[in-house]
Amino acid sequence: MSTVLRITNLYKTFKMGFIPKKREVLKGISFSVEAGEIFGYLGPNGAGKTTTLKCVLGLIFPDQGLVEIFGHPHLSLRAKERVGYLPEHPYFYDYLTAAEFLDFCAGLFHLKKAIKEEKIPRLLRLVGLERAANLQLRKFSRGMLQRIGLAQALINDPELVFLDEPLGGLDPIGRKELRDVILQLKDAGKTIFLCSHILQDIEMICDRVAILVGGRVLSEGKLGDLISEKILYTEVTLSGLAFSDLTGLAQPVSFHRDRIMVKVFDEEKVDRLVDLVHDKKGRIHSLVPRTETLEDLFVEMVKQG
Amino acid sequence: MKIKAIALNTFKEAIRDRVLYLLFFFAAVAVIFSRLLAILTVGDRVKIIKDVGLASINLFGVLMAVLIGTGLVYKEIDKKTIYALISKPIHRHEFLVGKFFGLVLTLFVMTTLMSLIFLIIVFLHTFKIELNLLLAILFIFIELVLLTAVAILFSCFSTPILSSLFSLSFYLIGHFSWGFQTLLQRTKSAALRLFIQALSIVLPDLESFNFKTEVVHGLTVLPRFYLFSALYGIVYTLFILMLAILIFKKRDFV
Repeated sequence: MSTVLRITNLYKTFKMGFIPKKREVLKGISFSVEAGEIFGYLGPNGAGKTTTLKCVLGLIFPDQGLVEIFGHPHLSLRAKERVGYLPEHPYFYDYLTAAEFLDFCAGLFHLKKAIKEEKIPRLLRLVGLERAANLQLRKFSRGMLQRIGLAQALINDPELVFLDEPLGGLDPIGRKELRDVILQLKDAGKTIFLCSHILQDIEMICDRVAILVGGRVLSEGKLGDLISEKILYTEVTLSGLAFSDLTGLAQPVSFHRDRIMVKVFDEEKVDRLVDLVHDKKGRIHSLVPRTETLEDLFVEMVKQG
Repeated sequence: MKIKAIALNTFKEAIRDRVLYLLFFFAAVAVIFSRLLAILTVGDRVKIIKDVGLASINLFGVLMAVLIGTGLVYKEIDKKTIYALISKPIHRHEFLVGKFFGLVLTLFVMTTLMSLIFLIIVFLHTFKIELNLLLAILFIFIELVLLTAVAILFSCFSTPILSSLFSLSFYLIGHFSWGFQTLLQRTKSAALRLFIQALSIVLPDLESFNFKTEVVHGLTVLPRFYLFSALYGIVYTLFILMLAILIFKKRDFV
């Protein structure tokens, strides 16, 4: 696999306030993104995710560090020609219609008229906005802006797509649709750089992640490598037994009507619990083994950071 | 090509701005009003119409250039529309030059429309199409182009209200720059004289573009004066644009 994005030792400090006070946002970030993967860039609010993206895309200038896209310096037009970007909370020219806006973006890539005429309706269809083609962007909802933002990011058929919180502001159906679009892009061989703090989305679609806390990458790697497959405990919901019957076997979690939920920390104890419920003529309603989740890892990292 | 795309988009933005139409409406009213003013005046009525008409085109053109120009770049940064743009394969200077030409195109269309109304009003009075008036309007337009560059320069680092104040101050200073010569004559301190001389070189002499009196009164002006003024306008505009580009190139879009 070839490296499409390489960030080495990136530092960025902002000066804030009337009497400028320095705030170091990025403190020596290094990582790389390989071709064809969905790379999740995670971090709590204010960790420096958007600042990293802005440095990569030339919106701000890092104090120190190197950013290479497809082996080219990140500010070179050759690098930018192969990149698409959906900003966080996108806002575009509200006096343009969706089709006019995409036509304007296509103009910045010198796309020929015939290509534009084929591509713009196709992209509008892809993001589910074909009916809003002639609607001014000022009349767009937050979710619709997110969708047109994705369409403009794909106007040049980029090989590397940067998405900053792409699923924010979308309803559950919209999120599912957008996740599907991202997976379609991956199938088409594109590399996706996904910035988010919504862990379920990242866990569902990302191949590799980097966790950013306080301006430093604390963990980076394949999801499978970072999260242990080992069962941490098993959550059992049962009825027909009292908490007192389970002493020494399970740890109570909650009680609702006749159902109780317990945690069992040993697989051998799970078998014994099942036998006990069977003997006491009780019922097991659910039995869910819990492995480590990205959320567990994330919370642990944030605490460490 | 990229500059053209940005310029056309800026033109679309400007012509969909209500402020432009408001100013155009008042400019048209002022030009038409000049006829009424002429009726109330003792003396050469045609000259009054021409004077007031040209002054109106000038004043409202300046307001258009400043009020729209100062918001152009600031709005892009404030509303973050610039994010999607700068991440595309365009140089920052292409963005700024595109914005500049977009507003120049808007001003060209507006000045043409105002001039048309003005020429019709003059025609109704004299029954002659006085194309020589276009010469005065051409130099008003050159001044507007220069002010557009100034408005964009301030817009690169300041809010629209402050930028408008700066730009209008620039306009006023530019029209009173002859004051520097008077000041020079009365100043004895060598250091102060040097400072005033430096100021008079850096600050513009916008009176160089004012040929209204000469055109209205039919006075002869040597062609080299026109040529010098046009060149001065172009060079000064380029200088301001370069300054704006230098500032814009280093800006962080936070």
